[in-house]
Amino acid sequence: MNQLALSDEILLSIEKPARYIGNEVNMVRKDLKDIDIRFAMCFPDVYEIGMSHLGIQILYDMFNKREDVYCERVYSPWTDLDRIMRKEQIPLFALESQDPVKEFDFLGITIQYEMCYTNILQILDLSQIPLKSCDRDESCPIVIGGGPCAYNPEPLAPFFDIFYMGEGETVYFELLDKYKEWKKAGGTRKEFLELAANIEGLYVPAFYDVTYKEDGTIASFLPNNPNAKETIKKQLVLDMGHTFYPEKPLVPFIKVTQDRVVLEIQRGCIRGCRFCQAGSVYKPVRERSLEFLKDMAYKMLKNTGHEEISLSSLSSSDYSRLEELVNFLIEEFKGKGVNISLPSLRIDAFSLDVMSKVQDIRKSSLTFAPEAGSQRLRNVINKGLTEEVILNGAKLAFDGGWNRVKLYFMLGLPTETVEDMEGIALLSEKIAELYYQIPKEERNGKVQIVASTSFFVPKPFTPFQWASMNTKEEFLNKAKIVNTKMKEMLNKKSLKYNWHEADVTVLEGLLARGDRRVADIILSAYESGCIYDAWSETFDNHKWQQAIQETGIDPDFYTTRERSMEEILPWDFIDIGVTKDFLKREWQRAKEEAVTPNCRMQCAGCGAMKFGGGVCFENKN
Amino acid sequence: MKIRIKFSKTGTMKFIGHLDIMRYFQKVMRRSEVDIAYSEGFSPHQKMSFAAPLGVGLTSIGEYFDIEVHSTDSSAEMIRRMNETMADGMEVLSYVRLPEDSKNAMSLVAAADYEVTFRKDRQPLPDICQRFSEFCGQPCIEILKKTKKSEQLVDIKPLILESGCSEHHEEHPVIYMKLSAGSVNNLKPELVIQAFYTFIGSEFEPFAIEVKRLELYGESEGKLIPLEKFGTIIE
Repeated sequence: MNQLALSDEILLSIEKPARYIGNEVNMVRKDLKDIDIRFAMCFPDVYEIGMSHLGIQILYDMFNKREDVYCERVYSPWTDLDRIMRKEQIPLFALESQDPVKEFDFLGITIQYEMCYTNILQILDLSQIPLKSCDRDESCPIVIGGGPCAYNPEPLAPFFDIFYMGEGETVYFELLDKYKEWKKAGGTRKEFLELAANIEGLYVPAFYDVTYKEDGTIASFLPNNPNAKETIKKQLVLDMGHTFYPEKPLVPFIKVTQDRVVLEIQRGCIRGCRFCQAGSVYKPVRERSLEFLKDMAYKMLKNTGHEEISLSSLSSSDYSRLEELVNFLIEEFKGKGVNISLPSLRIDAFSLDVMSKVQDIRKSSLTFAPEAGSQRLRNVINKGLTEEVILNGAKLAFDGGWNRVKLYFMLGLPTETVEDMEGIALLSEKIAELYYQIPKEERNGKVQIVASTSFFVPKPFTPFQWASMNTKEEFLNKAKIVNTKMKEMLNKKSLKYNWHEADVTVLEGLLARGDRRVADIILSAYESGCIYDAWSETFDNHKWQQAIQETGIDPDFYTTRERSMEEILPWDFIDIGVTKDFLKREWQRAKEEAVTPNCRMQCAGCGAMKFGGGVCFENKN
Repeated sequence: MKIRIKFSKTGTMKFIGHLDIMRYFQKVMRRSEVDIAYSEGFSPHQKMSFAAPLGVGLTSIGEYFDIEVHSTDSSAEMIRRMNETMADGMEVLSYVRLPEDSKNAMSLVAAADYEVTFRKDRQPLPDICQRFSEFCGQPCIEILKKTKKSEQLVDIKPLILESGCSEHHEEHPVIYMKLSAGSVNNLKPELVIQAFYTFIGSEFEPFAIEVKRLELYGESEGKLIPLEKFGTIIE
């Protein structure tokens, strides 16, 4: 049994000590004598969130398949433990061995959302690793970042030694081999980073210089080291059937967000929603085979004992063998007390039939994500869903006994007008009216329609990357317009409207499209005590605003400013396959309200075909 | 078929709370393919009931729960299968078949054995055993019991069924006690120790002691019997 890093006294005085003790079923144990490389894999949020992330489980499994590597996990200590660790100067530790992270060779951090950036600094700080790459020496772990936010790494550039662009399954082993050679030879930290910079997909921010024009836009972004490449190519797995997948996922003791077996059925998305970054950066879509998924479902359920299995992908309805897969899961596992949870499927006869088999209709609700309130704006964002499809789906569902509907929208989309906003209320009303057309005796009580809006944040590598983002006041005003219209509706008693806080959204916008100068804001916010900004209970907008003021940076430059097509964007040096020309074309088509067909209907020439796989080569020899 | 399972929870598992232990064993049932019965309805749950929740921070070598199964292998085989996928610190100790008319573990529980030790350098007195025996020898031991509405003095002495203390190693006295447990007269070992601290005129520190549950008993014909003895081993 391991000696724990924290005393009983500490563990019994904090919330959920199980977050910090490791020892979960399927935790990997290794003898350090046989290990050359110790890798600390971190999700910079609380345990329950981090443990729910499939990507980490895949990489944990992959790294630990290597006999010379021991990969362990690190999550953010919650604020209660954070205070104690600072006060008593307890170094942050990995869960498996309970050893300090600073003794590891690598600290890998997955960067899943902008509002975890201060938590990254918390991790470094508690680990007693210098926050900035330039202050670290050979005794410090190599700090490497990856995940979706790494597609604009610049606001975090000073804090990381390396960024990994793309899917983790491809070049990590090459990096580890280089590390072993380097360690044996006893080189400098810089020498190792040079070796890393030679590997496809790896970005060493210290090896690039950025200069700015007088107007604040980037004048040049150039390598300052001969080993650094001018463009960094996104890494991606082509053969989804012969790659790493955790047959024995960890089984946490405490309830976590994703407390179930997760089957990743495909990666990427055929659709071209113009607001969606994931849709761009994971292109082209690559499916896993039915046989692979069936086999994994058996093994993972057996090895974890989970009572639920869920499908994961950006758009499950587009998986070409969904029907077979779902029927298999129901036939095979439903009778064994295993719940089958289906992520937001497109509502049609098939999905309703399946849902009626796996859920209690009285307790479940239907989810639609029209994203915009009018057909015009849905065309602008290239969201294929039409009002007709929504109403047909809702009609089918109401006939089947459902009476609860959730609708998701965004406010602040480019070109949005008052009509588009009011369209949210009108569409909600139409769905309610549809329900009340059913004869009273056939109805299942009252209908409940919940419309929620989030505020739109333009993201890098989308056609909207040049777009102006709304201000906080504009956002809240828009929510008010929707709310007022909702109250005018005939069936207003059946309609409920929720909207988000706008403060976080504005910061998210600043960080999402920020450049290197924005790093100062993050550092300043962290130093004034900001952590867990993604949590409403800990988010402190006042401190963030102070931090922005201290640095003298104008946040509007990054948020409300519309970029010109000629501008060098901070993330232009990354090649995600989808070309800038394509994004420009799409931005133009958006303004023309023109719809671009999805990948299976017609190739739009986005550029991702050059990877040589996925949907681009379906039905071709 | 009713089955009673005895398990231990030691080491770092003491930080896992009762509800999570229940979830843990639900997953054990699936991993080790126990042919457990499920309730009817849209979200069926396993027929499983625990004898007595153990507080966070306590260890135990005498925990119990009952399950209902459709079929089973021998006790030895079932124990082997379950222990194959156990977390460190958890171990299934016995697996017995109960008579069909037997009461469930929770309603049977009448008493529990505990062992209390002091953490390093946290022992309040040098002659613990001597003083503990004096403490237990009092005609009555009153403690202040707080409820939501009132406070009242309660004599816990009748709930201390047995007690003792041994000092095999001079520095490490071990207090042993058998206390009433269950839904009617449940006495927590921490309360006894707290009263003991008051008796010796020291301030009670919860972190000073470590508590281990050793066994849970049910009552049968006026005698206390370990819960596992209500069933028989399956050959």
